[in-house]
Amino acid sequence: MTTIVFLLPLLVVFGVFSWYPIVRSVIMSFQTTNLVSAPVFVGWQNFVAVFNDPLLGTAVLNTLWFALLALLFGYPIPLVVAVLMSEVRKARGLFSVLAYLPVVVPPVVAVLLWKFFYSGSASGVFNTVLGWVGIPPQPWIESTASAMPSLVLEATWSAAGGTIIIYLAALIGVPSELYDAAEVDGAGIWQKIWHVTMPSLRGILFVTFILQIIGTAQVFLQPYLFTDGGPSNATLTILLLIYNYAFGNSAGGSYGEATALSIMLAVALAILSFIYFRGTKRWSA
Amino acid sequence: MKAFEKLNPNITVKTQPYDWVATTFTAQLAGGTLPDVFTVPFTDGTSLINQGQVADISSLISKLPYVDKFNPAVISNAKSSSGKIEGLPISAYGQALYYNRQLFTQAGLNPDKPPTTWSELQTDAKAIAEKTGQAGFSTMTQENTGGWSLVTLAYAFGGRAEKVDGKKATATVDTKPFQKALQVLHDLRWNDNAMGADFLYNWNSINQDFAAGKVGMYISGGGNYTSLVQQNAIDPKIVGETVIPLDGKNSGALGGGTIAFVRAKTSSAVQDAAVKWIDYYYMQQQYDKTASVSAAKLAIASNQPVGVPQVPVFDKATYDKTLEWTKKYVNVPLNQFAPYAKGEFKQQIIPEPAQQTQALYGKLDPVVQAVLTNKNADIPTLLSQANTTIQSLLDSGN
Repeated sequence: MTTIVFLLPLLVVFGVFSWYPIVRSVIMSFQTTNLVSAPVFVGWQNFVAVFNDPLLGTAVLNTLWFALLALLFGYPIPLVVAVLMSEVRKARGLFSVLAYLPVVVPPVVAVLLWKFFYSGSASGVFNTVLGWVGIPPQPWIESTASAMPSLVLEATWSAAGGTIIIYLAALIGVPSELYDAAEVDGAGIWQKIWHVTMPSLRGILFVTFILQIIGTAQVFLQPYLFTDGGPSNATLTILLLIYNYAFGNSAGGSYGEATALSIMLAVALAILSFIYFRGTKRWSA
Repeated sequence: MKAFEKLNPNITVKTQPYDWVATTFTAQLAGGTLPDVFTVPFTDGTSLINQGQVADISSLISKLPYVDKFNPAVISNAKSSSGKIEGLPISAYGQALYYNRQLFTQAGLNPDKPPTTWSELQTDAKAIAEKTGQAGFSTMTQENTGGWSLVTLAYAFGGRAEKVDGKKATATVDTKPFQKALQVLHDLRWNDNAMGADFLYNWNSINQDFAAGKVGMYISGGGNYTSLVQQNAIDPKIVGETVIPLDGKNSGALGGGTIAFVRAKTSSAVQDAAVKWIDYYYMQQQYDKTASVSAAKLAIASNQPVGVPQVPVFDKATYDKTLEWTKKYVNVPLNQFAPYAKGEFKQQIIPEPAQQTQALYGKLDPVVQAVLTNKNADIPTLLSQANTTIQSLLDSGN
C-alpha cells in the first residue's frame, strides 16, 4: 500500500507529461486536424503523404550525413582530449573548466555567436583568421557543401565538454595498479592506453556511442537556427522537417503528418537501439 | 482606449501584448489562446476564413458605412471563397525597393536617381559592390521570405505564381517571368559579384544589415520604414525608397497588408464589441479627420513615424484627404520617399497568390537559395520541380 502511495506522484507526473502526450500523438498521426475544428480519422493517409514527400529522402540523407560527421569528429575528439587530460598531473581542474565552458553557454547564444563567426564576408571572424595565413574567404554556412560540416563543428564544440567530463571520471576510476603492472611489464604510453585504458572504458564508450547516434538523429537546434534547413535544403534534417510540417504554414500546419513522421523516427530509433544492444551484447559484457 | 470605453459604456477592453510571428501564431491559433481581436498578414487571410478558423463577422461588417468603399485589390484578401467579407484590412503596402543613399553617393551614383529598370539596377549594384565593398543588392531567402521575394520579382516581369479557376488552382511558377527573375539574381550574384557574402537572410536579418549599411539595395514592403526605425534604429538620412522596376506586359508590384480578425468561438456580444473596436482603433483614422489627427499626434508622442507611404485601404481620394489632414505632423524624410510616392500609383498592385500562400513561398525558398549558392544551378529544372511540388500542395487543398 505504502509503495503505491509513494509511487503515485511519479506515476501522475509521467502520465500527464509523458505518456498522455505520446498516446495523443499516436492518435493524431491517424487524423487530419487544424486543432480548431473536430479531427477526422484518415487511416494511414498521413504516413503515405510523408513517404511520398520528396523531402523525406533529403532529410534522412542529411541526418545520416550529420550523424556520420558527428561520429567522425564528435566521438573521438572528446576521448582523445580526456585521455590527454588524465595524463596531466598539474592544473587538471583548470583544463576541465576550459573543456566544460562551452556547455555552460546557452545553446541558442552559442549558435548566434557562431553564426557571426561564420560570416561569409572577408571580415567574418573565421575568414579573417584564414586571411592571416593567405587562405581566401570561405562560404561556411552559405554553401551547400560546407554548411553541414560547419554545423557539426559547432555542435561538437558545444557538446564535447559534457562527454569529456564523463570520460575523465571513468579514466580516474581505472585502478592505478593496472598501470603500475603494465609499466613493470615494460609498456609505453600508447600500449598503456590501448591495453589498460580502452578496455576499462568499454562500458562507457558503448553507452556514449548509442547516445550519440540517438542525439544526432534528433538534431534540430543547429539547422533551425543557423540555416533554417538551407541553402537549398542542404541542412534539412528529419526533426526540422517535422517542425516544418507542423509550423511551416502559419495558417495551420499538417499536425497529422508531423506526428506521423515523429512516430516513424521513434520506431526507427527503437529498432536501431535494439539491434545495437543485441549485436554488441557479448562485446559489452 | 478610455475614450472608446466612454463611448461604449457596456464594453470593457482588455489589452495584451500581441505580435504576429508565424510560429507562435500557429500555436496560439491551435491552442485557442489568441486575443478576441488579432491581426495577420494578407497571406493568411483566405486560408483562415476558408478553414473556419476565424469568427464569421460578415453580417456586422456589411453594416459598416464604408463597406463598399474598399480598394478592391486590398479587400480581396479578407473575402471567403463565396465572397463574404470576414475580416477588416487595416493597412496595405506594395513591395518597394529600398536603397542606401550614403552607399549610392560613395559609389558615385546620384541618390535622387534610383534605378528605374533592371539593367540600371544591375549596373548600380555592381558599382556599389566595387566601390564600397558592401553588397550592392541583397535578397531574403529564409522562412518563406525567399519565395515572397521571388514572387515579387516574377510579378515585376509580368508573371503570376498560381492561376485560380473556380475551385481549381494551377501552379504557374515554371514560366518565363520566374526564369527571368532568377536569372537576374544569378547574374547579380555570379557575373557582377554584387550580392555580398550573405545568402541566408530572413526579414529581420536583412533589415538589420540594411540599417548597418551593409546592403545597397533590397526589396521589402513599402511601409517597412517604420520597423527600420523602431527595431533597427536606422539613421533616417541613409534611407531611400523607390518603386520596383517593372518589365513587360501585366507586370506589377506585389501587394500585401494586415487584416484584423475576430477569434473563432466568441459570443455574438463579443463579436459586436470587437468590430466596434476594430473600427474605432484601426479604421476611423483612415477616413475620419478627428481620428486621423489624434492618431498622428499619438504616434508623435510615442516617437513613431508619421507619413510613411502606404497603399490606400479605401479609395485614393480618401487616402489623399488623410495625408492632407496629417501633413503638419509628418516626421519622416518625405523627399527621400518621393520616388516611391510618385511612382506607386502608376503601378498595378497585384495581390499575393490566393491559395496556400505561405506554403507556396516556402517551397520557393530553396530555389532562390540554390541560385545564390550554386553557380551552375539549373534554373528551368529547379522551377519545374518546384512547380510539381506546389501543384501537389494546391491539389491537397489542405
